[in-house]
This record gives sequence, structure tokens and C-alpha cells, in this order.
Amino acid sequence: MKRHWFHFSAPSTFYSLAGRMTPWFLALAVITGLISLYWGFFETPDRLGGSNPQKEYYRIIFVHVGSAWMSMWLYVVVAGWSALGLVFNTRLSYMMAVSVAPTGAIFTFLALFTGAFWGKPSWGTWWDWDPRLTSELVLFFLYVGYLALHSAIDDARRADRAAALLAIVGLVMVPVIFWSINCPDPNQCAALHQRSSMSDIDGNILFGMLGLTFAFWMYSFATSFMRVRSIILEREADTTWVAEQLQKEGVR
Amino acid sequence: MSLAEDVTTAPQQTAPSAPHLPARLEVEGLEVQRGDRRLFSNLDFMVASGELLHVRGPNGSGKTTLLRALCGLLLPQAGEIRWNGEVIRRLGEEFTRDVIYLGHLNGIKHDLTGAENLRVAAILDGDAVDDAAIWGALSRIGLGGFEDLPTSVLSQGQKKRVALARLLLTGARLWILDEPFVALDVKAVGLLESLIVAQVARGGVVIMTTHQEVALTSGTIRTLDLGVAGQPQRG
Amino acid sequence: MFRTFLVILRRDITLAMRRRTDVLTTLFFFVIVASLFPLGVGSEKEMLRFLGPGVVWVAALLASMLALERLFASDHADGTLEQMMLTPQPLSVLVLGKICAHWLLTGLPLVLVAPLIGLQYHLDGMPLAVMMLALLIGTPVLSLIGAIGAALTLGLRGGGILLSLLVLPLYIPVLVYGSGAVAVSTIDLADVQPFMALLGAFLVLALAFSPLATAAALRISVE
Repeated sequence: MKRHWFHFSAPSTFYSLAGRMTPWFLALAVITGLISLYWGFFETPDRLGGSNPQKEYYRIIFVHVGSAWMSMWLYVVVAGWSALGLVFNTRLSYMMAVSVAPTGAIFTFLALFTGAFWGKPSWGTWWDWDPRLTSELVLFFLYVGYLALHSAIDDARRADRAAALLAIVGLVMVPVIFWSINCPDPNQCAALHQRSSMSDIDGNILFGMLGLTFAFWMYSFATSFMRVRSIILEREADTTWVAEQLQKEGVR
Repeated sequence: MSLAEDVTTAPQQTAPSAPHLPARLEVEGLEVQRGDRRLFSNLDFMVASGELLHVRGPNGSGKTTLLRALCGLLLPQAGEIRWNGEVIRRLGEEFTRDVIYLGHLNGIKHDLTGAENLRVAAILDGDAVDDAAIWGALSRIGLGGFEDLPTSVLSQGQKKRVALARLLLTGARLWILDEPFVALDVKAVGLLESLIVAQVARGGVVIMTTHQEVALTSGTIRTLDLGVAGQPQRG
Repeated sequence: MFRTFLVILRRDITLAMRRRTDVLTTLFFFVIVASLFPLGVGSEKEMLRFLGPGVVWVAALLASMLALERLFASDHADGTLEQMMLTPQPLSVLVLGKICAHWLLTGLPLVLVAPLIGLQYHLDGMPLAVMMLALLIGTPVLSLIGAIGAALTLGLRGGGILLSLLVLPLYIPVLVYGSGAVAVSTIDLADVQPFMALLGAFLVLALAFSPLATAAALRISVE
């Protein structure tokens, strides 16, 4: 079993595996995405909330919440691959981390963007230094920092390892940073924190959110695999299997 | 004459520092990448007590990279480097205590004097600080009278001599020297040669890259050619 | 090990003393940045008193970050850094020595000058004392965290800007609680204690982990 696991850690074998899996992920992403959006738009109540209900625009919650979740989970994924790379010194782990990061950054941006669109009608402002939005902004900076560091270093090996270390340091700091933003005055911490419980949400809305989040996950797999395949080709350009592969694909 | 495998056994010389303790560097299956380029792979060789390894190859063939990997500054992609049977990464302090590396950069602070530089180096190497020995070394290396001037006022060759003075003070058994003769005048070249010869005679190991040929009075010279194609040929 | 720490500490301070400009530029940057704010937002007394803690802290952050670039750059350029990595001493101890010297030269002056800036912002008495204490605990944390960034961006083009991008998000907790401590001290001194406790905790954690992370980052960058 262990031998089998490390079998796919060689870029050449993973390349074909990823290639076979990508179309399935894309298909799943599109299908579940469409179903969730349909559900979100047509099967859910027209108003959200009790005393001061939000109108149709609340539906942006499906994209906003899903992308915020993805932005956080994908950061953990990046840090996870980075840790694997540093511990086992496997090139593919680093390549996976670098492939996932841009998708994470996109979701972070999407969360901020949709957050602004949600904020305007409901709070009356495009931006508010709400702890959650501020934390999301900081997460965006962490992603950008990771990508910037990786692209600033010419030597691929140093770039991989430096970015990996940064991702891990970032992951360790993220709880501290988020907590300090959410709780700037330790004297009055407990009162300010509002917990929204999942059980309070209407079943149909919850289904829409989870469904779209699943679609986002499928999309993330697909794009990460596509990206890692092109990184593999680039990095392994001087090997024979790449030459054969390109011949097969009709490039040469 | 000096290129051939010259196994001349010279009369036993009394060694000032550690006499015939084991000193062996083994390299097995070494693969090193620089950027996206695989510089060499499956490199095997061994250097033991009383031997000088001359690493040769055209520019860009990875000589400096190899030497840095042997010091432990660079993590190889594959393969093992063993000092006296144990992988250097696992040895840690035991290995670094036994090796001295002089690379392209001198490793001296320009705002410190020659003596101060050597003092700091000695403390960091864990040696006892002997100011008399330091001044003596600087004098022997040809910097008498310059010991307490900031090295920024010294010439390129003189700065190199400060770096070389460490060889006079160190007890390391493995010397890894990357183009040590660069910037030295004829006299300094002769002095360095004699230092290298003495180290080999003492039972130490010297690994170096140079375009200069070094003649040994005792011990063996091995050569390692890093070819252009990236596959090394052993000599 | 302590001997190693001391020799690096003394070496770095000696080097800085022989080129005094580096130390002073950081200090003047701090003063200038803090002086720019009133010019930009107006000099109304109550507003300045309200902004004071935050402004002093942001200026301290930026000054500290500017100085970070020089932490390893010179040693990297002349080869002494790789020699340090080849000594039998633990690299994290050497790194801690360098960071300590760096803080003494760039962070401590900020702590000493901050009360003057505080006066410019109409803060007085206890808040000024709290500010000094918070900076005294907080600026070493900035140096420690920043060292990781400095090690990662060693020798890169555009290093300074990249360094700021990497390090400023990590500075946020120190900023929030450091300026919060001073702000709260203007209202009720007793409330300052949890802030100081948090800052102290950050310092302890940073002392424990940062030298190790920085050493790892240095090994990656020197390859």
C-alpha cells in the first residue's frame, strides 16, 4: 500500500492520473453548480431574516459563504502540501501547493467582491471593517504574499521551499491574526462575538450553500490538476517521458 | 606528473593536530539540481585520509555546487554524503566541527580588522581564542603590520589572505576549497600550496577546484571530472 | 552556547557602531512618519489623542520593517552568513544573537523616542508609560517575526517591498493589542493588563519559535 502511494508522487505518473481525473471534476463542478444555483434561486424563500428581512439580493450568500469557506480550506491545503514537501522532499508536493494557491486567492477575492455587493444593499456601504471581512482581506494578503514570494525567486527549488515555509508560518499565524481582529479588546471579548448557528438556516438555503460549496471543491480539484500538469511539463522539460508525451499529444 | 595517481609514501610526519584519526568522505548516488537543471546524477566517489581530490570541469558544470553540497550548504535531490560512515545531515555538529569551507566569498566582515575577524571565527568554531596565535597566523600569511586595520582598506588579495589565515588556525580534517588561488600573488600561491601539502601529509582530506596544479610530496591525488553532458567521469 | 550568542551580539553591535548611519535612519523614519499624520488629517486635539496610539504603532511597524532588510543582507553578501551555517553552533542561537543586536539598534531607540511622539499627540502621563512598555514588549516581537521574512527574501530583487507584503499581515496581532493597550489606558488603567499579558505571551512564543523558523528559512535561501 505504501509503495502504491508513493508511486503517484512521481510527476510522470501523476501527470497521466491527473489528466484522466480532470474532466470528471469539471463535469461534476458544472453539474452540481447548476443544480445548486437553480435550487438557490427557485426553491428558497424570497426573503431572508425575521424582523428586517433582506430581499432578493440575499441570494448572493450562496456564492459569498461558499467562496469564503473555500478560501480558508484551500489555505490549509496549500500549507498541508507545503509541509509534505518540506518533510519528504518530494517535488510533486511543492507543485501541488503552488497549483492550489491561485484558486484559493481567487475564492478569497470572490468572497470579498460578493461581500461588497451584499454589503451595499444590506448595510448601505460597499465596505465595512467587519471582523470577518477584515480577516478575509488579511487572508487575501497572505495568498498574494505566497504567490509573490514564489514568483520573485528564480530558482525553482528555492522558490518552492521558501513559499512552503511561508505557507506554514502563515497557517500558524492565521488563528492569532483572526482572533486579534475579531477580539481587539480582550476585556470585552465574549460579548462581541456573534455565532451564527447552522441549525437556524432554512433547509433549502443550506442545501444551496452546501451544494455550491461542493461544486467549488470540484472546480478547485479541476483547476489545480490542470495547473499542476502544466507545471510538471515545464519543470520536467528535459526528461524523455515529457518528449514522448508531447509527441503523443501532437505538439511535436 | 602531478595529475597521475601518485601514491608516494613519504616518511611519517609528526602531526601538530589530530594524527591518524579516521577521515573519510564517501559520496553515493548524488544528484544535485540547480533551478530546473539537473547538474549531475548518480555520482559516486570516495576521498580518504591523506588524499587530495581535484574536481575539474568546464564553467557551469557544477563544481561549486558540488563543493557546497559536500559542506552541507545544499540539500541534494538524491543520494548520500557520508563522513566516516555517517550521513552528514545526521552528524550535524560533529561534521561541521571537522570541515572548513573557503568559497568564492571570503567570509570576512569589511568593517572588522583581520584579527577581529579571526577571533570571531575561532569562537564560532568552538576553539579556544589565542590572540597570539591569531597574530602569528596573520603574520605567517603575509599580513604582518596589517592585523588591526579594518579589512576594507586591504587589497583583494590581502582580503583573501585573511580568509586563508583560518587554515592556519583550524583543526578541521576536511578542507573544501573552491578556487583558493584566485587573487593571490606568487608568494601567497606558494604558501597556500605548502599549507595544502602539509594538511594532506597530516592525514587530512582536501577537496578543491582549481585551474592550478598542486604537487604533493606525499599522499594521493584523485581527480573528478564533471563533464559537460552532466555525467561525471572518474579519474 | 551563551558565549556564541554574546559573540554574535557584540560583533553586530560593533559593526553597526562603525557605520552609525543605519541606526539613525530608522529612528528618523519613525519620527518623520509619525509627524506626517497630523499634516494629513489635521491637528485637532481630541482627534490626535484618539489617533495617537495607532499612529505611533504603525510608524513603529513601518520603521522596524524597513530596518529588517539589513538584518542578513550584509552577512549574505560577504559570505559570513554561510560560514555561520558551517560552524558547530546551532544556527538558531546565532540568529537569535543577530535579532537581539538588531532590536537593540533599531527597536530600542523607538521605545525611547516614542514618548516624545506621544506628547505630540497630546498623550500624557500613564498612557505614555503604557506606550513605552507596550513598545518594549512588542518591538522585539516585530523583529523576531520580521526576521523570518528577511530570511526568506534574502538577496531577492525588490526585496524590501516583497518583505513588507509578507511581514505586515503577520504584524497585525501586535498592532491590534499594542495600540489597544495604549488606547485603553487613556480610559481605565486597570484594563491594560490583559493586553500586556497577550503581548508578553507573543514575545515568549516568538522567542521560542522564530529563531528556528528563521534558521530554516536561511538554509533555504542560502542554497
